[in-house]
Amino acid sequence: MSNVDPVVNGDSGLDVDAIRAQFPILHQAINGKPLVYLDNGATAQKPQAVIDAVSDCYSSYYANIHRGVHDLSQRSTTAFEAVRGTVQRFLNAPSEDEVVFTRGTTEGINLVANSFVRPKLRAGDEILVTAMEHHSNIVPWQLLCDATGAKLVVVPFSDAGELDLADVAERLTERTKFVSIIHVSNALGTINPVEEIIRLAHERDVPVLLDGAQSAPHMPVDVQALGCDFFVFSGHKTYGPSGVGVLWGRYSLLEAMPPWHGGGDMIKTVSFERSEFAEPPQRFEAGTPNIAGVIGMGAGLEWLMALGLDKVAAHEADLLAYAHDRVGAMEGVRIIGTAQRKAGALSFVMDEAHPHDIGTILDNDGVAIRSGHHCAQPVMQRYGIPATARASFGVYNTRDDVDRLVASIDKVRRLFA
Amino acid sequence: MADDLMKLYQDVVLAHNRQPHNFVEVDPATHRGHGYNPLCGDRIELTLDVRNGVIAAIGFQGESCAIATASASLLTTTLEGRSVDDALAVMDAFNRTLDGDETAVVPETLQPLLAVRAFPSRLKCAGLPWASLSAALADDDAAASTEQGQGT
Repeated sequence: MSNVDPVVNGDSGLDVDAIRAQFPILHQAINGKPLVYLDNGATAQKPQAVIDAVSDCYSSYYANIHRGVHDLSQRSTTAFEAVRGTVQRFLNAPSEDEVVFTRGTTEGINLVANSFVRPKLRAGDEILVTAMEHHSNIVPWQLLCDATGAKLVVVPFSDAGELDLADVAERLTERTKFVSIIHVSNALGTINPVEEIIRLAHERDVPVLLDGAQSAPHMPVDVQALGCDFFVFSGHKTYGPSGVGVLWGRYSLLEAMPPWHGGGDMIKTVSFERSEFAEPPQRFEAGTPNIAGVIGMGAGLEWLMALGLDKVAAHEADLLAYAHDRVGAMEGVRIIGTAQRKAGALSFVMDEAHPHDIGTILDNDGVAIRSGHHCAQPVMQRYGIPATARASFGVYNTRDDVDRLVASIDKVRRLFA
Repeated sequence: MADDLMKLYQDVVLAHNRQPHNFVEVDPATHRGHGYNPLCGDRIELTLDVRNGVIAAIGFQGESCAIATASASLLTTTLEGRSVDDALAVMDAFNRTLDGDETAVVPETLQPLLAVRAFPSRLKCAGLPWASLSAALADDDAAASTEQGQGT
């Protein structure tokens, strides 16, 4: 357990100390111990650049967008709309008109389910998901199936937490109308072979949505290289504010979709006889959006891109590998999710201690992790466990953080031995 | 805080977690109650054999953390042999104490559980088996949930 590479913080080329210095919240004691924040899978902390962007919006140029001729409204509109360009670069999307602002990943999936998939769906049709989806990529489809008589088909995964492409191919049939899969599992950390799955689906002309909530913060995402038809993610996991997110969709698909929510800002003209809807992306953004939130999300994405997503991925891969080695070597600890390709999360259970007890004892040492089912109860059922403890990493975490995690897990072992 | 942690995980609690008392399904049971915490997935099912208004036998089953398990174990040992009315009074006093009511009087046997008051995020763990008891004595077949909604 001690013969690990002594390199501190890997060799990603990131200056992690300088990065940490940009996060005011990290520099505090929790229960008398320096905070080690390892709950990035739930939400990431915010760098000063994001805090400043939100604060600057409210303190110097905030007004409602798309409607005032006055100066503040124009400045707010400009800043808000500029984020579409940021997202376009972040995802390497062909056009910024394909960037729809949402409340987050969950809303993005619900929007696609209701606006794109629902009108095409007939009784007996099938929607394909995997057994490792977050509840947000299960429940919207169940609601749709209940309403239409369609069926949700689930691709299983192995003990290691990996999908088998043969299982995917077998379940893609002439009845399959849509595929919606998690890019990186929040509960297991598995990076799914989404390019291959997309290729299999496209062979049958089935469109694919990727739930990128756990991939966007951790690795470069190129929607054109991936080949997906829709990609959704949340601003709060990419170091921006909560309550905002992105739906990216191919323009040809967005263009053919009816609105989901009706209201202001999504119309060309309204009369009581008939309303004419705006073009995408405005068609899907009814009502006043989270203006400062979107601007903050843009600041978070710019901040990540300035670091370099490839470097972020390398740094976090080093941390995850180090954590796997150290936690995996501990007696009485079992890692849940041992896929070859992983990012972000290390889930584990202990022989004697329940994840909630682990969480409380770690918190007492200033180590913040998540314990529970991670909104992925089918994953827990697959392993026959009620919950896991999950340490999930962000760009500001270090090998020292992993050492603190390990020391605290050891304390749990001693207490429950 | 470290002291609080040691009080929370004191020997009595750890012992009841390791070797819970009455970890059985009472069969036949006159009353049955499911408690479920959707935030963590923990479940506790209580089964009771009530005769002439007295809890003749009480057991629990389920999957839960140390605090909920110890609470369930201590619940059963505290309430076995008591009248239903008495059990309801104990439940009320325990719940009120967890809610911060200093005036409620809780039996000595349940005192080790009260350290949970220093850990607000764990109050629902200690309360879970008592939610099961409430459902059982109300003859409510629906699972007693500690939550209205479900977290992410």
